[in-house]
Amino acid sequence: MSLDTTYQGRNFRSVGTRPLRPDGVDKVTGRARYGADFNMPGQLVARILRSPHAHARIVRIDTSRAEALKGVKAVVTAADLPDLTEGDQGLFNTLENCMARTEVLYDGHAVAAVAAIDARVAKQALKLIEVEYEVLPHVTDVDMAARPDAPKANGTAPNIAKQTEFGHGDVDAGFARADVIVERSFLTEQTHQGYIEPHACVASCNSDGTAEMWVCTQGHFVYRQTCASLLGLDVSKLRVTSSEIGGGFGGKTHVWAEPVALALSRKAGRPVKLVMSREEVFRASGPTSATSIDVKIGATKDGRITAATAHLRYSNGPYADGWAEMGAMTSFACYDLENVKTVGSEILVNRPKVAAYRAPSAPMAAFAVESAVDELAQKLGIDPVEFRIQNAASEGTRSSYGPVYGPIGIGPTLEAAKAHDHMKAPLGPNQGRGMACGFWFNFGGQTCTDLNINADGTVTLAVGTVDVGGSRASLSLIAAEELGIDYKDVKAVVADTATLGYNDMTDGSRGTFSSSMATISAARNAIEVMRQRAALIWDIPVEDIDWEDGHAVARGENYGNLPPLSVADIAAEAGTTGGPIAGHSEIVADGAGVSFATHICDVEVDPETGSTRIKRYTVIQDAGKAVHPSYVEGQYQGGAAQGIGWALNEEYVYGEDGRLQNPGFLDYRIPVCSDLPMIDTQILEIPNPNHPYGVRGVGETSIVPPLAAIANAISNAVGVRMTHIPMSPPRILAALDREKAG
Amino acid sequence: MASLPVSTTINSDDVEYLCHADESLLDVLRDRLGLMGAKEGCGTGDCGACSVIMDGRVVCSCLVLGAEAEGRNIETIEGMADGNTLHPLQQKFIEHAALQCGICTPGFLMAAKALLDTNPDPSEEEIRFWLAGNLCRCTGYDKIVRAVADAAIVMREERA
Ligand code: FES
Ligand code: FES
Repeated sequence: MSLDTTYQGRNFRSVGTRPLRPDGVDKVTGRARYGADFNMPGQLVARILRSPHAHARIVRIDTSRAEALKGVKAVVTAADLPDLTEGDQGLFNTLENCMARTEVLYDGHAVAAVAAIDARVAKQALKLIEVEYEVLPHVTDVDMAARPDAPKANGTAPNIAKQTEFGHGDVDAGFARADVIVERSFLTEQTHQGYIEPHACVASCNSDGTAEMWVCTQGHFVYRQTCASLLGLDVSKLRVTSSEIGGGFGGKTHVWAEPVALALSRKAGRPVKLVMSREEVFRASGPTSATSIDVKIGATKDGRITAATAHLRYSNGPYADGWAEMGAMTSFACYDLENVKTVGSEILVNRPKVAAYRAPSAPMAAFAVESAVDELAQKLGIDPVEFRIQNAASEGTRSSYGPVYGPIGIGPTLEAAKAHDHMKAPLGPNQGRGMACGFWFNFGGQTCTDLNINADGTVTLAVGTVDVGGSRASLSLIAAEELGIDYKDVKAVVADTATLGYNDMTDGSRGTFSSSMATISAARNAIEVMRQRAALIWDIPVEDIDWEDGHAVARGENYGNLPPLSVADIAAEAGTTGGPIAGHSEIVADGAGVSFATHICDVEVDPETGSTRIKRYTVIQDAGKAVHPSYVEGQYQGGAAQGIGWALNEEYVYGEDGRLQNPGFLDYRIPVCSDLPMIDTQILEIPNPNHPYGVRGVGETSIVPPLAAIANAISNAVGVRMTHIPMSPPRILAALDREKAG
Repeated sequence: MASLPVSTTINSDDVEYLCHADESLLDVLRDRLGLMGAKEGCGTGDCGACSVIMDGRVVCSCLVLGAEAEGRNIETIEGMADGNTLHPLQQKFIEHAALQCGICTPGFLMAAKALLDTNPDPSEEEIRFWLAGNLCRCTGYDKIVRAVADAAIVMREERA
């Protein structure tokens, strides 16, 4: 049966409640098993040797002394990971990023790895590996790298790797009609997702050609695919189990060291555990891009935007598979524009290969655009919320990246902001208020789900989307809702790659959106089976049976004496009515439903030190339908907090030598509890027309507005437009000094 | 390298182990004793995921040597619940959805327990500053602070 995914409206009985999560007790008692919490018999410990240079040719690697050390069971280099990528450039980049081949391309690039009987021996062995480098010129800054005379970051490839363009209309004509134009350039520094759990896996290759891997990942099916391709394994022979995951935010959608662990295990003939240190996480996994962005927006005196352009340059690391395109697409997505043009450029630099970070590329674009929008409103003497309302996209608007919107939440979040008491609260000395909007697409994708009705009528729901923040609770609610049973009678588990069909990553805010769609479909299939079983039990036509509130109900006067059959009643007869009862679903979830947010923020800036405190913060976002509101609020708050860190403090600092200077939580400081106030949330529910329950993805949009909202607040507090993120104390003081100097 | 014999108390049980002189208490707990509730987020004392309580004080077990546990009294997350009865902090963390990924949770619970053991009625500010050594990247801390404040109420009522 194919699923009708259209939203039909519904009185929910389970969805929208706040039950306890099914994995809660394990997680508060220390029993939940994360990436590093798993061991295998005979397991070895792996360590990776990393480049101390930003860019160098590998002249020679000699591993013989390491191999000779007692307790060392395997040493691997690129030679042990032969290139099987057959011209697939993206896959080759992944391979080379896991282990440098002829050149090291950034400080921290892996060059060799060892597996030994314990960490002590492994560390000793690393010291015995001799690598001769020929140092090459490097470039780490995005604007420097874009200059024609810049050193090439990777071989002979041009540093300006890929350009994408979006837009419509005639921007020149639009600017010609403008009464006021704001034109500004903005910079943002590179940040890391900062998940607290470092990458970790246990890999085990058997002599019969099969392999297993336990790993913290946002997508074990995709890890399986990538690792199997790189190792030359049949996909079916590699079984990947996703551990509990200690945060990912996009950083665990890409493989980093897992193929190396498999190669070590293959060579040693023993299981291998590989856990990155925090320093390795910073130097060699996941950061998002640094950016340099030019924005130009024009408007008429009465506040109508006539044209808008943005050129966005995103640093990529050494490979041409970054995320600038998303920045170019999202920049002006909040607005209804007649003339708009955006260009996204990917710039190669000698920094780690960038990874997705929660709404990848959108926060930086929003910072630039929403700062310019604010400035334009100021110049026009129009309230910033009002100005945005006047120009907001709505149903039927052709978005700046192409598609025409259905029902969307930008207008409603702005109206909610306008009405919010936060907007009316008085401000103290040195305080400023800012607001900004944000957009994210959300994704759907391939999803496979099994719903098994157990003998006692309880339900086991097997999903293939990793639970990064409470989705097992949400999906149990969905199954309970559709079946008409209690939440407590559903247990959701994340299945491994051998027991369920393929699933895409938990990324693009797709986890709950797409798995809920598949769960509804699986539940409807199971209901069909249960109606048929009830028909057999009662010996009446199946057409005469309805499904109501978790029961098969015989419809019509003839059946007045037939008491409804519960799921348990039907399950009890399964053995005599055709065997086990289950519903399955394999879908490509389409129509994820775009999401919008408006954030409001009050700051206080100390004019002596330039340090900023967030005094009050409000997130208003459209969730479509909040399945488990506590976890929706959690996504809003968590995204805002990450945005606050990004706006005020977090940045990768590179030295002249091209080496990362702050690869640790002491010097790369993410917000702590005492840095933040409570983060207020307001959930709006504008149903997604393409989901049976109206659900939209909620995980990412919340990180899009904070950079701009805080920049606007600080600019209002200090009277100087802030254009460089993070707005750390020295940068604020410098901006104040520049202003004084005129 | 020669190993040192250590006798200590962990979650009220007498425990003996051998460890290297430079081995952290965190490594001893996780790798030698199988107590994997304490997590390594950094290994440098900056994240608090490895927090345990030693003689009533919350410490980063990655910064304590295994040998330093000699004669001490160590509490870890594995000993927080009383059998199947959760500690009020554990219960409130689940109720308030104060965890998303949960990797920071054992550390927060240990730190919060040490707080409430000494200060049964902390203000929001006291909670925030006490927990400033524990990083959480998922929650923005809002629900964590609320859970701790709510658990404090329950614990005061239990005592009364
Ligand atoms: S692991 Fe000990 S403080 Fe981070
Ligand atoms: S819940 Fe993920 S780090 Fe705190």
